[in-house]
Amino acid sequence: MRLYAVCVYLFLYIPIGVIALFSFNAGRHASQLQGFSTKWYGKVLSNPFVMDALETSLMVAFTSALLASVFGTMAAVALQGIKGPLRTAFDLLIYVAVMIPGIVIGIATLIGLVTVFDQLNPLMAAIWPDGFVAPKLHMGMGSLIGAHTMFLMALVVIIVRARLAGMDRALTEASSDLYATPMGTFWQVTLPLIFPAILAGFLLSFTFSFDDFIIAFFVAGSETTLPIYVFASIRRGVTPEINAIGTMVLVVSLMALITAQLLLQRGGKKAK
Amino acid sequence: MTQRTRNWLLLAPAGTWFLVMLIIPLSVVLIFSFGERAPAGGVVPAFTFEQYANLPARWTAFKNTMTLAPIGTLSALLIAYPLAYFLAVKVDPKWRTILLVLVIVPFWTSILIRSYAWIFLLGGRGIPALLEWFGIEGVRLINTPFAVLIGIIYGYLPLMVFPIYVSLDKLDKRLLEASSDLGAKPWRTFLQITLPLSIPGIATGCMLVFILLMGEYLIPAMLGGGKVFFVGNALVDLFLQSRNWAYGSAVAVTLVVVMLITVTIYMRLINRLGANRDDVSIM
Repeated sequence: MRLYAVCVYLFLYIPIGVIALFSFNAGRHASQLQGFSTKWYGKVLSNPFVMDALETSLMVAFTSALLASVFGTMAAVALQGIKGPLRTAFDLLIYVAVMIPGIVIGIATLIGLVTVFDQLNPLMAAIWPDGFVAPKLHMGMGSLIGAHTMFLMALVVIIVRARLAGMDRALTEASSDLYATPMGTFWQVTLPLIFPAILAGFLLSFTFSFDDFIIAFFVAGSETTLPIYVFASIRRGVTPEINAIGTMVLVVSLMALITAQLLLQRGGKKAK
Repeated sequence: MTQRTRNWLLLAPAGTWFLVMLIIPLSVVLIFSFGERAPAGGVVPAFTFEQYANLPARWTAFKNTMTLAPIGTLSALLIAYPLAYFLAVKVDPKWRTILLVLVIVPFWTSILIRSYAWIFLLGGRGIPALLEWFGIEGVRLINTPFAVLIGIIYGYLPLMVFPIYVSLDKLDKRLLEASSDLGAKPWRTFLQITLPLSIPGIATGCMLVFILLMGEYLIPAMLGGGKVFFVGNALVDLFLQSRNWAYGSAVAVTLVVVMLITVTIYMRLINRLGANRDDVSIM
């Protein structure tokens, strides 16, 4: 039994390990190790295309995760206190957002937004004052952030709601018995208790957005995110640079994830 | 400010966002799937079932998805179950958390990089080169259904382990002791107690993995090399290469409908099994 578990862990980690190992390979070829070198990392970090893609990815991930955490938490808190059709409608929306395959979300966002933009752009050009160039709506940073935030909001609502449900009701009741206003109770009791969950939601959202390929593939327009860049380079062939990028991406997500896990666990204990 | 107004205000941003970025786009897909292809690549509004009638043209993609998704789900289940059992029942509790985290973490890291790792391993200079060294020559792994299957198992194993672990962890260990005290062989205890009680976890795990597999694009694209084609690959082709939005929308709608139907049938079956499970637990 233990041997079996060891085998599964090896299966899970050897491929990642091999990538990391070969990213330090001095040789050009993937077939054999030819000494230790960090030169591929240097090459990657001085490649302007990689740096541009990285910047776009970080920007999109940070903005979407932030928006999703704020709006998702607001929705989760409101949903805690309501019943009826509004609640049902929101539950359904969250279910749909999570259930629909990412590829369909990407496609829908692409053709939905392009169709809406095609209607709006002539309209804006018509009403814009003469002598000024009317702005043109197009796919890019905005549609990337829009699509990611939509999906991540559903994720944050699920995470924060689980924490709210696990919270001791007596705490908020005590607070209102002691004449705290609903706002006071929220800021002084509820928020501190659910904050670890919100932060964990933010970190998971950040990782998801940073790693997402399929939605971005459709909605990025002229922008290139890091996964899109990596995908395109893999198409051209396996190189040590991809190993180095891959290793860095994995390290960044691993750090965010471990922090998120610790937060969820610690917060879970405190709220009880 | 009344509670009602406050709730409305709190829900407004999320609600608007869902409307603009989810409801409207999905409606456009549905509407376009009944439209006609415009010469320039867009869609002429119409109400025709032409696109749906044309679906058999992409039959292979559906066939591949509907074979490899269940096979992949089942393989992941067979590999995940013993591990989940080990983590929930056998392992020393002080190691449990860290071992669990180690299982889940890969799922949240880039699937792109993890599939790429397998291109590296299964490609000519990876495992086949290793086999050659042992005297086994001419093995081709990359760009085969087998490679796609490996990628699927690798990608979705963590998602399968976790729900099964949760249901096995909740299982009252005294039941297992009672069973062996009453003279049942370990296999019988497993088949009559452990397995039936872990069905909710198996069901959740299989459903999660299956849903995600239905919309998979990256794994077949990277490890199948254009030979093993999922519906996701057909969709990328239709929207980004041939720009046939009307037909692509019909394929996308069909994918979601097939998915919903499969999941509904599956849930029915599980609920029926669940009813039997209650009998077992009463026994």
